[in-house]
Amino acid sequence: MDKQKIKETVLGGLIKNNPTFVLVLGTCPTIAMTTTLFQAFAMGLATTFVLIFSNLFVSLLRNIIPDKVRIPCYIVIISTFVIIVQMVMRRFLPDLYSTMQAFIALIVVNCIILARAESFASCNRPLYSMLDGVSMGLGFTGALCLIGIVREFLAGGSFAGFAIPGFPTMSGAGASAFGFIVFGCMMALFNFVIQKIGERKEKLKKASLPLSDGTVHSAAEEVAK
Amino acid sequence: MTASIISVMFTAVISQNIVLSQYQGICPFLGVSKKMSSAAGMGFAVIFVMAIASLFCWPIYNYILLPLGIDYLYTMAFILVIASLVQLLEMILKRFSPTLYSALGVYLPLITTNCAILGTANSAIVFNSYNFVYTFAASVATGVGFLLAIVLLAGVRLKTDKADIPKCFKGFPITLVAAAIMAMAFAGFSGILA
Repeated sequence: MDKQKIKETVLGGLIKNNPTFVLVLGTCPTIAMTTTLFQAFAMGLATTFVLIFSNLFVSLLRNIIPDKVRIPCYIVIISTFVIIVQMVMRRFLPDLYSTMQAFIALIVVNCIILARAESFASCNRPLYSMLDGVSMGLGFTGALCLIGIVREFLAGGSFAGFAIPGFPTMSGAGASAFGFIVFGCMMALFNFVIQKIGERKEKLKKASLPLSDGTVHSAAEEVAK
Repeated sequence: MTASIISVMFTAVISQNIVLSQYQGICPFLGVSKKMSSAAGMGFAVIFVMAIASLFCWPIYNYILLPLGIDYLYTMAFILVIASLVQLLEMILKRFSPTLYSALGVYLPLITTNCAILGTANSAIVFNSYNFVYTFAASVATGVGFLLAIVLLAGVRLKTDKADIPKCFKGFPITLVAAAIMAMAFAGFSGILA
């Protein structure tokens, strides 16, 4: 396997094409299932599992599935794995399942999964597709967990279920409106950081190029400061 | 019965709005709300597909899946109904009403992955086990709620797109914040009907 392509695929899912903050796909669970860190983590893992295996099977069957009926075929593959997740969760995590069942069922129509099947898995080899599933899934899980940490902290003054002494609770912070606000602000923060990193890189690139008269630009020193 | 149907519908449109308090259908809510006309087109298409999907999904669940004991397959059955319905609708509209077809345009195939449609079918038929009439009423009302939310957001976005805001807030972040304020306003309606 080509190292460059592996690196691109992994970084793409985690940061450059982060499904939540950059592509803005699968926003429903991002807002609905992030009231606590634990719930966000469980939702992320469930989606990652479906994503990895749907990518694998779409990729394995990519030369067999006729182009015209590909969407229904993808949906059948995806919903098979969603049903597996539903059954496993109902058997082993019944309490968690009862609070999440509406959104576990909706993984079928999570646009991240269909988008990756359509744009990546349908034209790449199985191993790359699985890798893409892993990195996209982890990017999604990471974003969900970040939002979950912030919302849980604001609403209950706790971290992963443990109360942090000294912080007040905010009633209503678990409500719907807060999900939208926290998601919006986190996305803005992500944009801000990416933008700053981009500017910094640009400056460094300019700095390392010698100017036309042969002197090296002093911007490198400025950036270093 | 009429009174409780009205309360189911009121809840679905206003106080338990599908987008603003159930968090379903947020992708098209954010993605297709740039222009008022496309937002309205998407809203009507969703009402239509949601209503017809409920007419098909209810009998399939209650007369086929439940008697055969394979009700755990409901997700797959419903999504296949919705996907084929959208395809069928596309073909019918293309043949009989080209004007409506071109008005809805690219939004028709997008409806398949609108989680509000599958979510409504799931919650009305499987989780709440409504009867046939209730399911239909709830589906239509949920669609109307979606239309209301997306058209209102499109109106807000006309203003926020022109506003002078920090660069990192441009686009989706400011839209999400606007949606949050709308959600707070809609939450004020809860409790009107006990």
